[in-house]
Amino acid sequence: MTARLRYRKLVSGFMLGMTGLAALITVAVLFFILGYLVYHGGTSINWDFFTKLPTPVGENGGGMANAIVGSAKLLFLASLIGVPIGFFGGVYLAEFSGGAVAFIVRYAADLLNGVPSIVIGIFAYALVVLPFKHYSTLAGSFALALMMIPITLRSTEQFLQAVPGSLREGAMALGASKSRTIASVVVPAAYRGILTAILLALARVAGETAPLLFTAFGNRFWSPNWSQPTASLPVMIYTYAISPYDDWHRQAWAAGLVLLGLILVVNIVARAILARGVSIPRT
Amino acid sequence: MKRFAGFLFVALAVAGAVWAQGALLINGAGASFPNAIYSKWFDEYHKKFSNVQINYQSVGSGAGIKQVTEGTVDFGASDGPMNDDQIKAYTDKHGSGILHFPTVLGAVVPIYNVAGVSAPLNFTPEALAGIFLGRITKWNDPAIAGANKGVNLPSADIVVVHRSDGSGTTYIWTDYLSKISTDWNAKPGKGSSISWPVGLGGKGSEGVTGLIKQTPNSFGYVELTYAVQNNIGYGTVKNSSGAFVKADFSSVSAAAASAAKSMPDDFRVSITNADGKTAYPICSFTWLLIPEKFSDGGKRDALKGMIKWALTDGQSFAEPLSFAKLPKEVVAKELKAIDKIQ
Amino acid sequence: MAASTTTVPNAGPVSGSRSFLSKLREGDEIARVVTFLFASTVVLVTILLVLELWHGSSLARHKFGFAFFVTSVWDPIAGDFGALPFIYGTLVTAFVSLAIAVPLGIGAAIFLAELAPQKVSDTLQFFIDLLAAVPSVIYGLLGIFIIVPLMREYIQPFLKATLGFLPLFTGPAYGIGFFTAGIVLAIMVIPYIVSVSREVLLSVPRDQREAALALGSTRWESTWKVVVPFARTGIMGSIFLALARALGETMAVTMVIGNTPTISASLFSPGYSIAAVIANEFSEATGDLYLQSLIELGLVLFILTFILNGLARLLIILTAQRGSEMGRT
Repeated sequence: MTARLRYRKLVSGFMLGMTGLAALITVAVLFFILGYLVYHGGTSINWDFFTKLPTPVGENGGGMANAIVGSAKLLFLASLIGVPIGFFGGVYLAEFSGGAVAFIVRYAADLLNGVPSIVIGIFAYALVVLPFKHYSTLAGSFALALMMIPITLRSTEQFLQAVPGSLREGAMALGASKSRTIASVVVPAAYRGILTAILLALARVAGETAPLLFTAFGNRFWSPNWSQPTASLPVMIYTYAISPYDDWHRQAWAAGLVLLGLILVVNIVARAILARGVSIPRT
Repeated sequence: MKRFAGFLFVALAVAGAVWAQGALLINGAGASFPNAIYSKWFDEYHKKFSNVQINYQSVGSGAGIKQVTEGTVDFGASDGPMNDDQIKAYTDKHGSGILHFPTVLGAVVPIYNVAGVSAPLNFTPEALAGIFLGRITKWNDPAIAGANKGVNLPSADIVVVHRSDGSGTTYIWTDYLSKISTDWNAKPGKGSSISWPVGLGGKGSEGVTGLIKQTPNSFGYVELTYAVQNNIGYGTVKNSSGAFVKADFSSVSAAAASAAKSMPDDFRVSITNADGKTAYPICSFTWLLIPEKFSDGGKRDALKGMIKWALTDGQSFAEPLSFAKLPKEVVAKELKAIDKIQ
Repeated sequence: MAASTTTVPNAGPVSGSRSFLSKLREGDEIARVVTFLFASTVVLVTILLVLELWHGSSLARHKFGFAFFVTSVWDPIAGDFGALPFIYGTLVTAFVSLAIAVPLGIGAAIFLAELAPQKVSDTLQFFIDLLAAVPSVIYGLLGIFIIVPLMREYIQPFLKATLGFLPLFTGPAYGIGFFTAGIVLAIMVIPYIVSVSREVLLSVPRDQREAALALGSTRWESTWKVVVPFARTGIMGSIFLALARALGETMAVTMVIGNTPTISASLFSPGYSIAAVIANEFSEATGDLYLQSLIELGLVLFILTFILNGLARLLIILTAQRGSEMGRT
């Protein structure tokens, strides 16, 4: 073995080792994040956190019960708005359209997907808050729905298209109309993938803060209906984190743990469901 | 599919109906300056009248003025009174006016985080202006050391912290600086959102306090309550009579004394750099911005009730939170003015 | 359209099937129309958004014109607004984040695609995908309480002591600033680089590698000199994707960047980004010009991310095409 060859082999081993290190560092970061959240947040989570409302500024104690429920309401309404639009739009793309129209719809969805979340917040403010003269859960949900639509739409289209043609043809051969085929055969076949995509979309918007700043605003009490401001976990984390109160910091860590915990659980469950064969499209 | 949709619809309707009843929710937004006492007041008021919920969000005076003008909140709050242009913008938009109601008196104090300094530092007006203009950059500068003989000031750089959002606290601070420094008055001048020569920006009084707490050798300005609640050192300021005064109830009330006698009808007045040997020079009233006309009678009555309570019983919460009570003359005048709200 | 014939309108992957029960066609038409309405809602909303941004910034655009992009004054009292500090801050933090994330990300992708056994690669990719799911505000939380003190106490003084002669590392060590924001952003965008690069690397045809190895190259040489250049366009695409994400990040940045419109050569200086200033000042912008200047900033950000996302997608598609073409030979 020449010296040159030995050198090249050394370089090869070294560089490949470095890539292993890079991968290790990247994955380690995730565990650091989780570790810190569990450490700081775990000690702060108590029953009060889940059941009490925030106390006046400067007084210790209280919890984020209204923020937890507020986030749940926001996500519920956002799915109600965003999922049908994304789902049926995806059905249209996969089953009924072709050519130019499909291209335009896909292009618009991709565009919407790339819009920074703060710009979505501006848009929702102009469209829902100003005309109704109210910060509201509805406005916040609208903003979040806008972010869910492109993911749901593209995923629905992809999973529907992945259904084998033989299934469709079989149904049609039995006399089913196209719409009947889609409803009874194609969608159920793709249903697992679509559901997973919806779950992932939900997990993604659950953590969004920026679009809620000018739409759902914030509320120290329970939000009575859909047209009033509401507290939400991400906004509370932000508000409490930049404050000087140690008690608020403690609560911010707890909220961070709860939020991230939920998001990660949904992600893991969704991906595990899908791991039986179908791959997840990268957004 | 159909059954699921039907179930969803029913669930939604039920939820909507259940949630629609119940409390009257009034939304307000604005100054972080009085947030400590407002959050206490609205919490206490809710305990007294459980069907009234006043949701106040501390987003800064600038946002308070903007949002009450847009009509997205029911009332605003600011420690810099609305100027004539802003009032005109409101009147043009709504066809009726907006009223200012002073609620408490508060002081803006210079806060700092300097290792080894426990006693309050003394600041001359020139030092304050110089630091914020970026001309005084080190803690042991003669302008600061001269007023603090015997204190071991480090030679570290001063990390200036100011507000990044539109702030009434900034308004009060720059109002004072404009009065005592011609350079400052020329540029940047006074306002709630100015072009700062130096410094880091924190969001809200909370953000500024948080930054000071975490950043060594930092210097900023914030309402007294934030300094007290967070055990942050704050300094004395030399007033127009030459005395170094610490902010507390008596010095703040002394500053408001002369203004109380000559309070204008719209309650907009500046009391910075007031005369008086014991007066603290950087303090101000803080105002609730209440629309003159309400279309919702329930909200109007609830708000009127709340203001009345705040001006009378509510004042007892002021001093424990380091705010000064309103002068009696001002309260009397305000109670009369409440009737202007329709 | 399909009134008089018996053919179902051509649509999607299943085309040309005939429905011989004409009454069923009506059901199909309704389904078609209904789903079309939903699909067109997406287009409508997107158009509305662009219009809203364009129209909502008209006053500012006409008043400042091109000067908006090169003025560094941001004075709400005087009514003078310039975007330069925010554009500068957005770009600087994005580039700092790429400087850290690209080597790490491509390195990790190479490891996952070339070296790691299938199971290990999939497991690690799974964890990296989870990293992408962490919300921005939680990165901000960690930024404020973990990274900022770390920067202020250890990393920044260390850099000043060793590399302080460079203008990049001068100035007081606040802890917050461009550098810290860049680091937080780097952590946020690494997963995108890793996952896309890993996929494009995996799609490189096997014979490329094998040919290189057959010619006597080491593992590293075959990877670095043959496989990676082959996937080069796709990797570029992943970088653009990461860049687009970094530009639009709001919460994590505003919590650690210092919120001061400053242009400075030093990475330790506090700064501001477009998304951060909109988040901080939008609710309180009194006066039309102020508000519209902020909306114009939003428009700028939107256009930037739009171009980058489009380029990224194009590059990734090109690599996939190239791979499949070459694979056939």
